[in-house]
Amino acid sequence: MLNKEAYLSAKIFADDIEQKATRDGFGTGVVEAGTTDARVVVLSADLKESTRAEVFEKAFPDRFVEMGVAEQNMATVAAGMALANKIPFITSYAAFNPGRNYEQIRTTIALNHAAVKICGMHAGVSVGPDGATHQMLEDIGLMRMLPGMTVIVPGDATEAHKAVIAAAKTDGPVYIRFGRSATPVFTTPETPFTIGKALRLFDPINPEVALLSTGALSYNALLAAQMLHEQGVGAIVLHIPTVKPLDTEAVLEVAKQVPAVVTIEEHQAHGGFGSAIAECLAQSHPLPMRILGVQDQFGQSGTPEELLRHYELDSESIVKAAKSLLAL
Amino acid sequence: MALTDSDISQLENTAEEIRETIISMLVAAGSGHTAGPLGMADIFTAFYFHILKHDPLHPDDADRDRLILSNGHIVPVRYAAMAHAGYFDVLECATLRQFGSRLQGHPERLRLPGLETTSGPLGEGLSQASGMAYAFRMDEKKNRVYCLMSDGEQDEGNIWEAVMFAGKYRLSNLTAVMDRNNIQIDGMTEDVMSLEPIADKYRAFNWHVIEVDGHNVRQFIEAIDEAKAVVEKPTIIIAHTIPGKGVPEIEGDYRWHGKPPTKEEAQRFLKEIRTMNGKVTQEYA
Repeated sequence: MLNKEAYLSAKIFADDIEQKATRDGFGTGVVEAGTTDARVVVLSADLKESTRAEVFEKAFPDRFVEMGVAEQNMATVAAGMALANKIPFITSYAAFNPGRNYEQIRTTIALNHAAVKICGMHAGVSVGPDGATHQMLEDIGLMRMLPGMTVIVPGDATEAHKAVIAAAKTDGPVYIRFGRSATPVFTTPETPFTIGKALRLFDPINPEVALLSTGALSYNALLAAQMLHEQGVGAIVLHIPTVKPLDTEAVLEVAKQVPAVVTIEEHQAHGGFGSAIAECLAQSHPLPMRILGVQDQFGQSGTPEELLRHYELDSESIVKAAKSLLAL
Repeated sequence: MALTDSDISQLENTAEEIRETIISMLVAAGSGHTAGPLGMADIFTAFYFHILKHDPLHPDDADRDRLILSNGHIVPVRYAAMAHAGYFDVLECATLRQFGSRLQGHPERLRLPGLETTSGPLGEGLSQASGMAYAFRMDEKKNRVYCLMSDGEQDEGNIWEAVMFAGKYRLSNLTAVMDRNNIQIDGMTEDVMSLEPIADKYRAFNWHVIEVDGHNVRQFIEAIDEAKAVVEKPTIIIAHTIPGKGVPEIEGDYRWHGKPPTKEEAQRFLKEIRTMNGKVTQEYA
C-alpha cells in the first residue's frame, strides 16, 4: 500500500516517528545551499532564532544580514541584491513575509524576475497560542497568483531541507512555506524531491477516493488513508509539495483512477492549494471534490492539535470528509 | 577631471535636446507625466553624459555603475537620455506607452536593457539600490550605485526603512538624489504631507547631505564628486528643481504632474525650449 519508491520513514505509522518542524529543515538546508554556492545570503527581520536563520549566521556570519523589523525593506533590499548577483533568502513569519510586503514582492521580485527566495515561517493555524494575527492562512493564494513565482510547501523537515537547496538552484523567485510546530518526519533522505513533482505516498489496490494534500498535513492524509484502509476503503494519497508549478500530470493520473478527490491544506480553502487542484480538474477532468482547509475564518489561540481538530484538518476529519463525499 | 565651460555648455545643450524629445514623446503617447521629466532633464544628462561609468552597447557589463530610478513615472526623461546616449534609436521614443513598446508607461527591466530595475510603485528604489550597494561591497567591487527619488515618495514608510538600513551599514558606495520639486499629485508636498526639515531628517539617520540647484549641472557634478569622497556614510543630494523646467508657462505648476501636453501646447512648449539659449525659433508641426 505504501509506495515503496517513496522511501518513507521506517517508523511511518509508529508512535515514536521522529518529530521536527519544517523550519528546522530551512536552517540545515540553507547552510548546505550556502556551502555549495557563495552567492547565497540570508536576510532576517529580527526573528533569526525562530526562523532558524541563525543557523546560517553561525556558519556564514559575513553573508547574514540583519534587517531589523522591516519586512518591506527586506524584500526590496533582497531584490537589489539579486540583481547584483546574490541569491538572497528572506526570512520572517509568513504573516509579514509575504503578508506585510506583498506589493514589494510583486513589483521588485516577481515582475523583476529577481532570484529572491521568500521564506514564510509560522504559517497555518499550527502556530498555536500566538493566535490569528500570526497564523498566516492566505500566503499560498497570494504567492501562487504571481506570474513566474514557484510555490513550495514542504511536508516535513527533511523535505524542507531539500526544497531549500533546490530553490537556491532555481532561476527566479521562489516562495517556501514553513511551519512552527514539530510534525512527523515521514520522508527520508532517499525520498525523491524535485520542484514541480508530486509524490504518491499511499497506493491501494482498489482506490475509491484520492487524498491530495500539501505541507505537513500530508502525514494526516496518510494516517487517514490507513484508517480508511482498515475500514475497507481504498484511498490514494498524493503529496504535492510544489503548489506551483503544479504537477498536473500526476494530479490527472490520480483523478482518472477515482470517482472523487479530497484536498487538504492548512490555509484558507479559498484561493489556495485546493483551488489550484480545482482549477486543474475543472478544466481537464471534472469530478466531485471536497476542499479541506480553513473555511473563510481566521485562526485563534490554542494548541496545534486543538486547532487542527477544530478546523477539521486532523486525520479523523479527513476520513469523515472522504466518506461523506463517497456517501458511505 | 575639471569641467571646462565648454563641457558644461555642451551638457546644457544635450539637456535641451532631451527636453525636446520628452515633449515629443509625451504628445505621441497621449498620456504620461510632464513636469517631473522636464525638471530632471539636467540631472539625467549629467548622469548619462558625464557621471556614470557605463557602456550603452554593453548594458549588462558587470562593472557598470547602477542608476536606479525609484519614481518610475518620470521614466520618459530616462528613455530620452538613454536614447541620446546611444542605448537605442531616438526614433523609438515615439513608441512610449504604446502596445508592444519596450518603453512601458513605467519602466520594466526585463523589457529594455539598461533600465536596472522595474519601478513605479513608490518608495522602493532606495532599498533596491541599498541591496545592490551592500552586495557590491561584499564582493569588493568598486562600481557605485545611484538612486533617484522624488520628494513626494518620501511619504512612503519603505523609504525610511531603507534610510535606516543604508545609514546603519554605512553604504558609502550609495548616493541618493532627491528631486526636490515641491509638487506631488494632490498639491504641494508641504500641504499634502510636510517633509521639512528633510535635510535634518537624513542627517539624523547618519547620512551625508548636500543641497544643490538641480539645474546647475556643474554644481550637481561637484556634489557627486563630494559624495564619492565621503567614505563613512551614504550621501543624499537634495536637488532643488523646478517642475516643468524649460517651459516657463508650466514651471512650478503641480497640475502638470500627471498629464501630457496637447499637440497645440507641445508646439508652444517646443518653441519655448528652443528659444531658451537664443536658438533660432522654428515652427514645429
